[in-house]
Amino acid sequence: MSVRVGVVVFPGSNCDTDTAWALTRAGAEPVELWHEDADLQGVAAVVLPGGFAYGDYLRAGAIARFSPVMRAVAGYAADGGLVLGICNGFQVLAEAGLLPGALLRNRSLRFVCRDVAIRAERTDTAFTHRVPAGGPLRMPVAHGEGCYYADAATLDALERDGQVLFRYVDEAASPAAAAGRANPNGSLRAIAGVINAAGNVAGLMPHPERAADALLGSADGMLVLQSLVESAGTSGGAVAG
Amino acid sequence: MTADLAQAVVPAPLHRALGLTDEELRAIEAKLGRVPNDLELAMFSVMWSEHCSYKSSRPLLRTLPTGGPDVVAGPGENAGVMRIGDGWAVAFKIESHNHPSAVEPYQGAATGVGGILRDIFAMGARPIAVLDALRFGDPADARTRHLVNGVVRGVGGYGNCVGVPTVGGELVFDASYQGNPLVNVMAIGLVREDAIMRAAAPGPGNLVILYGSATGRDGIGGASVLASATFGAQDPSKRPAVQVGDPFAEKLLIEATLEIVAAGLAEGLQDLGAAGITCGVSETADRAGTGIRVDLDAIPRREPGMAPFEVLISESQERMVVIARAEQLPAIAAICARWGIPCAVIGRVTDDGDIAVIEGGLAADGAPNPGAHELARIPARALASDAIVFEQLAAPPARRRGAPAPGVPETAADTLPEGGTDPGAVLLGLLGSPNLASRAWISEQYDRHVGTNTVGTAGGGAAVLRVKGTRRALVATTDGNEAVSALDPYLGAALSVAEAARNVSVTGARPLGVTNCLNFGDPTRPESFWQLREAVRGLGDACRALGLPVTGGNVSLYNEAPGSAIAPTPVIGIVGLLDDVSLLVGPAFVADGDIALLAGAAGPGLGGSAYASVAGLATEDDLPGLDLAAEAAVQAFVRDAIAARLVTAAQDVSGGGLAVALAEMAIWGGRGGHFRVSVPSAPAVALFGESPSRIALTVRPPDLPAVREMAGRHGVSFAELGVVGGPRLVVEMFGEGATGAAEGRGSSIADALEVTLADLRHAWDHGLPRALGEEG
Repeated sequence: MSVRVGVVVFPGSNCDTDTAWALTRAGAEPVELWHEDADLQGVAAVVLPGGFAYGDYLRAGAIARFSPVMRAVAGYAADGGLVLGICNGFQVLAEAGLLPGALLRNRSLRFVCRDVAIRAERTDTAFTHRVPAGGPLRMPVAHGEGCYYADAATLDALERDGQVLFRYVDEAASPAAAAGRANPNGSLRAIAGVINAAGNVAGLMPHPERAADALLGSADGMLVLQSLVESAGTSGGAVAG
Repeated sequence: MTADLAQAVVPAPLHRALGLTDEELRAIEAKLGRVPNDLELAMFSVMWSEHCSYKSSRPLLRTLPTGGPDVVAGPGENAGVMRIGDGWAVAFKIESHNHPSAVEPYQGAATGVGGILRDIFAMGARPIAVLDALRFGDPADARTRHLVNGVVRGVGGYGNCVGVPTVGGELVFDASYQGNPLVNVMAIGLVREDAIMRAAAPGPGNLVILYGSATGRDGIGGASVLASATFGAQDPSKRPAVQVGDPFAEKLLIEATLEIVAAGLAEGLQDLGAAGITCGVSETADRAGTGIRVDLDAIPRREPGMAPFEVLISESQERMVVIARAEQLPAIAAICARWGIPCAVIGRVTDDGDIAVIEGGLAADGAPNPGAHELARIPARALASDAIVFEQLAAPPARRRGAPAPGVPETAADTLPEGGTDPGAVLLGLLGSPNLASRAWISEQYDRHVGTNTVGTAGGGAAVLRVKGTRRALVATTDGNEAVSALDPYLGAALSVAEAARNVSVTGARPLGVTNCLNFGDPTRPESFWQLREAVRGLGDACRALGLPVTGGNVSLYNEAPGSAIAPTPVIGIVGLLDDVSLLVGPAFVADGDIALLAGAAGPGLGGSAYASVAGLATEDDLPGLDLAAEAAVQAFVRDAIAARLVTAAQDVSGGGLAVALAEMAIWGGRGGHFRVSVPSAPAVALFGESPSRIALTVRPPDLPAVREMAGRHGVSFAELGVVGGPRLVVEMFGEGATGAAEGRGSSIADALEVTLADLRHAWDHGLPRALGEEG
């Protein structure tokens, strides 16, 4: 039996069906988790997909964190459940305090949709154990607010504690300079994704579900989704929803 | 003010204030058999506007070919629909939002996207892609930059949020658009053939349900006619006629609508755009041969105190009307509630053929409440299909050729490279020019991937969208040729169709059908109407020759700024079908050692070309010819060759000519090539001429005989250009034109074009942001 992975659906989510489609390709059975519903239906992991949760006219993710489903997700995460936020999902997790840092408006002040290269800084996590060490992953970004920000002390602590999960890298495979094209939004220290201290909640701005089929340009995102699905299968959905 | 003066000020009659002519008023009185009241006049004024009635263009549009075996829905519906197999159909349409974008570029463009998306999901189709065809004036001008910025942010701001990828389009700068930019947006949707909705209101007794945003005072009149209207003594403050878009509301509307359709709850579906509720009820009733009794009091409003005419013609965005049987109301209301959308029963379908507006409410059985009164009663036909039609006067311009500027050669025969110009430098200039350089600065501001259907092809060309659950892919493009249209609108329109179809065919896909956006000036000027008439004739002839039905579109007239009209601009959108996406061929060179070929014969003529524009040539008498049979043949050849897996890359030869086509293939493929081009007349024509019906392609060496044989079978001429590979693009020239011209310069051979890939890439990458002042 395939692993049941929840996909949260806010009214303005627009990557929910894409994420469900890619999770299916990664071997999971996606389960829609409606934003007004606090019941996580016993899923083995939760993915918060991209989009504009409630329109995001105020600030990305600012309203979503007060939704019934997010109260449930917070409890689920506190109990050790696996939670992955992609793009808007990452913004929501940061707003909800489930991940450190904040996603600010892109340094260009423009929406950016571009293929980027990222490197997994850790390949021993529930979200990256299938990712080969060192080699860059190609996947698209598409966001207006993706500039990762935290104060210097927090950044130092994240680096020290191994909480930087993904970094944008340039052609030389070095962390991309904040002003360079390889860093699409000006993120500090080229951070594209982070993981919480407990190792069960992660978020990234690039879209692994859009890199799940070579026909569309890249299948590198499957490595992230397969890692998640496999980890969820191992934990067996033990966490109560 | 003296008494005498006050008496002298006679207010204009209401119909004129509303933009209706005296002749139109007489026609309205004839249709009603009486004098219309003020509300009825307001309803007529919006429905008989050019925008809604096509009163000037309808006789022309009737001449277009619209039928075909795969056409499921044609003109007259919200969008054209064509069958693509496996039970699927594709809905597509293009529409303009030129005037709102000129006034307020962000909202104008955003609501343009919102409006065309509603046309698609009103057919029951899920929108899967947007293309935007944009035209502006001088990129160095501050106002142009403001418009470009606002429009691009508006298209992106709406499309990105609503979750439909913006996958392609056009961007053209031309002085004629300085005061009147063009914002044309095309949308594409997928629908099961058995789930296609009609914009009709069948079944007397059925409910008319309005859902989505509440109705406000925004976009009253749409056309500015009402901004100066004098309705009653106490005039409410007039809002700008530009609407404001809310993509989040649209996202909710899409999901709710598709759930309503999927659950089989709808008898008819119509989006509310221009002319608002008046248009929605009259068109749906007219199509079904029914009437609708509108319950004015039941329409949810954004603010109190709205006059009946404001409620009925408001163009508030993100609203839909569904016609449903009474027993379906609870299910529809539940879907709307789940998505957080207000919905209300605002009327009943009747059998009297009239649009009746009732104030005072309807009873449960749909009859007016006791004491309610009727504010308006108009036959639905009179508002919609039987609206007035004008036969406008057409006259060719007395003088459409400008005299060459002093010192400019009349023909461009021998200016290059014999004039001492390095052809490589000309190529770099063209590649970096605002109309040919990379569009990445814009396309990177659009979400191109949401939906996970956008097939990655290196480089430019048509957009490719796979259809999940099948092996098929859709290929879409927009093209317009304003430069030639300005000189010869018939040829310009035909060339636009040919190029759009060619852009689809070079991927291996078969063009299915055409949607068109006709952007022209004031139709009451005979010269302007002549341009429209000629363009429609060219459009029709080209579509017939290429076997393409026109499934719908939009006419945008009065595109004029004080003192100047735009270049006539027919924008052609084509959707094609690739039965097996694994056959897809891209435009980038893929392997060193491949052989590059040119299919199709080059013709003379630099008129309307990018080269002529950059070189400042007056070439009005020097337009390229179009042989539609040759065009059809070269496209059939390339599709057959691709289907036989004989082609590794293919690219249409258009803006900038063969040299730019080869340079783009090199840039996108990251590899150059060494080529030889025959120069029968002049190097400029051979390298940069834009004569149509030509395709550059590459094949593996062992496949060359088979490709040659296939070209012969299609009667397509065929030239071997050379071999792909290396860090530079080299194009040598040979033939009479090359040597003859070179001799004049005292040299025995023509200079070859030779440029490094890095230089090509740099010019192409930076041209647009540099032109817009976005980088130094």
